[in-house]
Amino acid sequence: MSGRSDHGHDHDHDHGHDHDHRHDDDTITFRVRALERIATEKGLVDPKALEALIETYEHRVGPRNGARVVAKAWTDPAYRELLLRDATTAIASMGYVGRQSEHLVALENSPRVHNMVVCTLCSCYPWAVLGLPPVWYKSAPYRSRAVSDPRGVLREFGVDLPQEVEVRVWDSTAEIRYLVIPERPAGTERLGEAELAALVTRDHMIGTAR
Amino acid sequence: MNGGQDLGGMQGFGPVIPEPDEPVFHHDWERRAFAVTLALGMLGRWNLDMSRFARENRDPAEYLALSYYELWHKGLERLAVEKGLVTAEELRAGRALEPRDPSLAAPDAATAMKMLANSRGAKLDDPVAPRFVVGERVRVKNLNPPAHTRMPRYCRGRQGVVHLDHGAYVFPDTHALGLGPKPQHCYSVRFSAGELWGEPRREVSRDSVHLDLWDDYLERA
Repeated sequence: MSGRSDHGHDHDHDHGHDHDHRHDDDTITFRVRALERIATEKGLVDPKALEALIETYEHRVGPRNGARVVAKAWTDPAYRELLLRDATTAIASMGYVGRQSEHLVALENSPRVHNMVVCTLCSCYPWAVLGLPPVWYKSAPYRSRAVSDPRGVLREFGVDLPQEVEVRVWDSTAEIRYLVIPERPAGTERLGEAELAALVTRDHMIGTAR
Repeated sequence: MNGGQDLGGMQGFGPVIPEPDEPVFHHDWERRAFAVTLALGMLGRWNLDMSRFARENRDPAEYLALSYYELWHKGLERLAVEKGLVTAEELRAGRALEPRDPSLAAPDAATAMKMLANSRGAKLDDPVAPRFVVGERVRVKNLNPPAHTRMPRYCRGRQGVVHLDHGAYVFPDTHALGLGPKPQHCYSVRFSAGELWGEPRREVSRDSVHLDLWDDYLERA
């Protein structure tokens, strides 16, 4: 399976065609529709399953899940202890399980430590607690520089970290998924879990917000 | 492979530009590509490491030019043909020309949801002993495997400290080639920023990068 021979396969459409006459069928829209149609006609996919998958990841799973985990950790010391010791169990106990979140590790920020998560090799991301990743997380600018210039990347997110704060970057090169637990903001002592969860953003839990 | 996917430490891509109020999908075809990728994957003809290899195993110029879901779809087309789900002729024709392998059955919506929730992941119960212990100094071997690997170029030859032992995991390098899970321990290894990127400036001297690395990638420092 060499890249070169497969590369040829990707352009099989062009066989018998003059390259000057590009057809609509070379567009990604056509190609995606074609494969879905073939798979449906052959009974390899169930259209209702496709709808359920889209509904789940477009509307039901997202960073509100992770925000509830963070808020619970802020208000429940026993839960925080479990989360830091065994995030997979702690997060599953709230019903957040499944694909791309089978093995989880929680990383707690402190006044002295800032954690930031990246996947330099692809797009690994804890789907069950954050949903699908944003485009910038999967993009070359973030994947290339999060490891070599995290402070510069953070400045692009408006975060200017003081020198005394240590930056720990976590490159998700395996199947372990990382969730950053931001510091609880000052002056929130009277807020309940739901109100606290509303303060937590996706970027806090990736580590591109402080 | 030293391919277009191995981006850590590269330069020249410009600033990170977040999109305010970003939608989950930007085009309807992205929705479809995402769902068909998950659904066909559920037939069990390939594993996640094979999916990643199918996306990254191409001319780096092409890898970098394709959008995220374009890469997913190109990888899926390649696997679907290689693993016998569809034929290249069907892809060209845009419609089914042959019956499916009767041993395959598409999961219905309820089954698909169950498969997502019950996903077992890559952790193994195999009683393999770890080769390293937490706190031990290790060096990443200078290897250049021609196929799939999860050992980024930027850590090769560098020294770090084992920070966590995650337990026994599927080894992606063999798994991606259909050569089995080769169970072995995977660790979070901490590297100082200076070790990876050169003489550190004083203000970042305590900064670090943690990578998850398997026994086969590591040696004693």
